[in-house]
Amino acid sequence: MATLAGVLRGPWRQVSGLVKRRFHRSAPAALQLTVREAINQGMDEELERDEKVFLLGEEVAQYDGAYKVSRGLWKKYGDKRIIDTPISEMGFAGIAVGAAMAGLRPICEFMTFNFSMQAIDQVINSAAKTYYMSAGLQPVPIVFRGPNGASAGVAAQHSQCFAAWYGHCPGLKVVSPWNSEDAKGLIKSAIRDDNPVVMLENELMYGVAFELPTEAQSKDFLIPIGKAKIERQGTHITVVAHSRPVGHCLEAAAVLSKEGIECEVINLRTIRPMDIEAIEASVMKTNHLVTVEGGWPQFGVGAEICARIMEGPAFNFLDAPAVRVTGADVPMPYAKILEDNSIPQVKDIIFAVKKTLNV
Amino acid sequence: MRKMLAAVVSHVFSRASQKKPALRGLLASQNFSNDAPCHIKKCDLYRLEEGPPTTTVLTREEALKYYRAMQVIRRMELKSDQMYKQKFIRGFCHLCDGQEACCVGLEAGINPTDHIITSYRAHGLCYTRGLSVKSILAELTGRKGGCAKGKGGSMHMYGKNFYGGNGIVGAQGQVAEAYNLSALWKLPCVFICENNRYGMGTATERAAASTEYHKRGNFIPGLRVNGMDILCVREATKFAAHYCRSGKGPILMELQTYRYHGHSMSDPGISYRSREEVQNMRSKSDPIMLLRERMINNNLSNVEELKEIDADVKKEVEEAAQFATSDPEPPLEELAYHLFYHSPPFGVRGTNKWITYKSVS
Repeated sequence: MATLAGVLRGPWRQVSGLVKRRFHRSAPAALQLTVREAINQGMDEELERDEKVFLLGEEVAQYDGAYKVSRGLWKKYGDKRIIDTPISEMGFAGIAVGAAMAGLRPICEFMTFNFSMQAIDQVINSAAKTYYMSAGLQPVPIVFRGPNGASAGVAAQHSQCFAAWYGHCPGLKVVSPWNSEDAKGLIKSAIRDDNPVVMLENELMYGVAFELPTEAQSKDFLIPIGKAKIERQGTHITVVAHSRPVGHCLEAAAVLSKEGIECEVINLRTIRPMDIEAIEASVMKTNHLVTVEGGWPQFGVGAEICARIMEGPAFNFLDAPAVRVTGADVPMPYAKILEDNSIPQVKDIIFAVKKTLNV
Repeated sequence: MRKMLAAVVSHVFSRASQKKPALRGLLASQNFSNDAPCHIKKCDLYRLEEGPPTTTVLTREEALKYYRAMQVIRRMELKSDQMYKQKFIRGFCHLCDGQEACCVGLEAGINPTDHIITSYRAHGLCYTRGLSVKSILAELTGRKGGCAKGKGGSMHMYGKNFYGGNGIVGAQGQVAEAYNLSALWKLPCVFICENNRYGMGTATERAAASTEYHKRGNFIPGLRVNGMDILCVREATKFAAHYCRSGKGPILMELQTYRYHGHSMSDPGISYRSREEVQNMRSKSDPIMLLRERMINNNLSNVEELKEIDADVKKEVEEAAQFATSDPEPPLEELAYHLFYHSPPFGVRGTNKWITYKSVS
């Protein structure tokens, strides 16, 4: 009941979405929340908590967000906190970085991270490196967020995964939520973090609903940046993923479980700083490793994980070489049959697991 | 274009020989005018002493050509709308119905040997640059008969002297750089702004410190053109092209136009503008309607002949759509083709290390 009261005490806007859901009145209430709503809620709570926080980007205000992630925020907070920008990424990313340097806490939305390439100099050179270059004088408390990676049929220029690109850069924190709990906890942590954080969301996950556990319903619920989560315990093999592929790994694990193979599925949650210790501990238990990501194989997240495993204590526990499941090494094709074969599917994960286990 | 006109004429002839109602049209064509003088709106000028002429001659042949081309584009875009809703087309689909005079007028003022590059709202330009409706629609449906073999989709269609179709815009800074470089080096560039009043869901007034886009080249002269009148666009294009070709450097054209659809098929297009506004544009400024009126009022054609063209266009688009929904998808073996040009074949990794695709130039 305390949790129910906690929900009702929240701003009406949050509850209005929630009251449409059924929830148990007897046990602690777990809510159904889509990833979109979770990010919306997280931003809403942080906007309310700290007046220095503001959101800018294309169509974020009057249009309610290109993907409706910022729905209702402009109506609630107005022009000063939710700002529509012209189509001008380099320009508004620069303005956002300057604002962060001067003491505000901007959330800079890229309609997709493909467009962030127009502004990447601001993200890397103006935001990520500045605290280092200034020897600790100038922090840049900014969040860059938006959908990343493949969607459905949006073709080559709109489907790139930037986890490896941004994860490459020291000074930047990079998070990649999978479910609603991740999304809410990570956006809040990102906003409260005094460093530049890139949050890589996923358009296909926006509409997916998950049960939000009771602790995640609190306004102070945060997910620590730099900590992975074991979504499923297992003994035979470690499967590590981030973002949407985490769901595919769990599906694959369910199928494999019927054949007696128990996968330990790790949700990275953060790309940089990577929680390699969690992966190492798991590999030292299972002796096998498969990494899964949507991005291209060369110089990718999986490549980094494999390299670090080799360099660390877990290497000696491997009974087989670690294996990567990734996007195909081509620009994303448009035709459905080609696109389907360019992104990692559940069957690819199952195949890789079985090959690694030699079954 | 000439082929199309020949097709129309031969169609009329063949119908006439079958003693169908077109015979009336055929006989009547001998009573049509060969050409007519037309008045067009004066363009607003920036840094120019004189601009395009305010009168031009429209020949019957040209009129029929332009009319048919605009109707093809209109029909093709509406067909795309339908096919998108039927889920034959996926992803992003940005339609240009309402803006037909821009691409048809542009092509009428330049040569096929000139080069064009544009943004994602490119289907009309694809057609005027010479891609068939069949190859455009089949690309939209992701089939091997598409102009990019199904690999590009709506935003990535290319042709001879046509560099797409590009998905990433948002480069006011880059445009400024392009202005500087082209002016500095006197490059023969015509910069065209198809000003359809909205950047996705944001009206120009909310996004631009100055909405006089034809003046935003600063040191580059500019024209503001009525983009709903194909003759206006044609004459302005001829003027701009001549300006460039005479070695004077770049020039800017702002075409004031309008898109009936939303930004893309995911945007209903009515949350940031009223239905009345859209309806008003359709009823007062539709480019096809304006040309049709000119043609009829100047006796360059008549209602029956235009109706025939409409029927013929409908048939062409329907056949193309039929092809686009029945042509097979590209073969999976070719997933990794076309990574490098003039290179020997090599292996490309698939979703895991056990899957390899051959890449051929």
